[in-house]
Amino acid sequence: MKYIDEFRDGEQAKALAHTIAREADPARSYRLMEFCGGHTHAISRYGLEDLLPPSVQMIHGPGCPVCVLPTERINAALWLADHPDVTLCTYGDLLRVPGSKRRSLLQAKAEGADVRMVYSSLDAVALAQTLPDRKVVFFAIGFETTTPPTAVALQQAKSLGLKNFFVCCNHVLTPPAIRAILDAGAAIDGLLGPAHVSTIIGTRPYCPFAEQDGKPLVVTGFEPLDVLAAILMLVRQINRGEATVENQFVRAVTAEGNRKALALMSTVFTIRPDFAWRGLGRLPQSALQLADAYADFDAERHWTLPDEAVADPKGCACPDILRGIKHPRDCRLFGTVCTPDNPVGSCMVSSEGACAAHWTYGRFREGVAP
Amino acid sequence: MCLALPARVVELLPAAMAKIDLGGVTKTVSIALVDDVAVDDYLLIHVGHALGKVDPVEAENTLARFAEMSAT
Repeated sequence: MKYIDEFRDGEQAKALAHTIAREADPARSYRLMEFCGGHTHAISRYGLEDLLPPSVQMIHGPGCPVCVLPTERINAALWLADHPDVTLCTYGDLLRVPGSKRRSLLQAKAEGADVRMVYSSLDAVALAQTLPDRKVVFFAIGFETTTPPTAVALQQAKSLGLKNFFVCCNHVLTPPAIRAILDAGAAIDGLLGPAHVSTIIGTRPYCPFAEQDGKPLVVTGFEPLDVLAAILMLVRQINRGEATVENQFVRAVTAEGNRKALALMSTVFTIRPDFAWRGLGRLPQSALQLADAYADFDAERHWTLPDEAVADPKGCACPDILRGIKHPRDCRLFGTVCTPDNPVGSCMVSSEGACAAHWTYGRFREGVAP
Repeated sequence: MCLALPARVVELLPAAMAKIDLGGVTKTVSIALVDDVAVDDYLLIHVGHALGKVDPVEAENTLARFAEMSAT
């Protein structure tokens, strides 16, 4: 497919990897965090770590919305789904995430709750039109990529005058999460910035991480050549002792981002004072809620959702893995109690989670797989 | 989950919708978030919405840059 295949060329990948190996100083280490789960997946799927010299290490970041959603929000989704008059819609990624007592939305569905997987936010709006006697709740998750589609759905529901469409908003923001990781003193030398989040927010919001924290950051696409080129750009910046924001994904990202989407987001949403992230704790101004103009559609105002904080499962290393402190192989539940078929922690549930990526691909390169 | 795929616009439809082609699969998506969409443009599609356009010139430049970067 155009704009995909040519960015997966094996020979070019080898040439880029060879250049990285030549330019990386073997006497030092380059600890590079890919923030986004999409990059984690690409790195694992294409075996990019096998192409890198030992001095370049990839640290997996928390940019997977399913992985960072705390258990109490899953419990809130289950609580909503258990209402006989509610049809709960959400993206497929969320359905298998266990809430308290390891009960998931998929299990609630098996027990008779009306839980629907939707491909698009607009499918949830259409469902509310077809089911006028039911309260259709769209349980919205995701970073800035997924946020504008929720805004379009809300705008559409408002113009249609729907009274039975609600959004339970769990949209989170990328820059505050990067800020939290850097403030926690993570030992990283540079960052790969997310691809499609940046099509919306642009490259400018990352400037403080270079200017104030001295961390080079390269926004890059999800194809293997994009990722390798960005790693080379980071190695070169680090060798020169520089820290700037560079854009490798110029075919889809600009400095200012998608202004139309940003304008719509600021009409439909406001910033929450704080929001709980799995692994990172409560982060100030790190998530969105519905603006007053959309109060009638706000599930959190229509219902009083349960919000009792829930401790992470015992023994689960997801909180440390999400902060780049531990590797999936360091977790004693990995591959024994916790597998993609029966996940305990959120990093195993989402295919983009660091544990799922290590289960599917990484463990084979380490030769530990059965 | 923040993964979008580049797809070609086949037909513009009313109400800010468009029919797109992704490697032979056609689908109707919203183009409410992108201005000035034309047939044959490539759009990044995510959960049924176009998030932005793929710039064909910059895509060529990027491919050329891979070769330059690995040659030096």
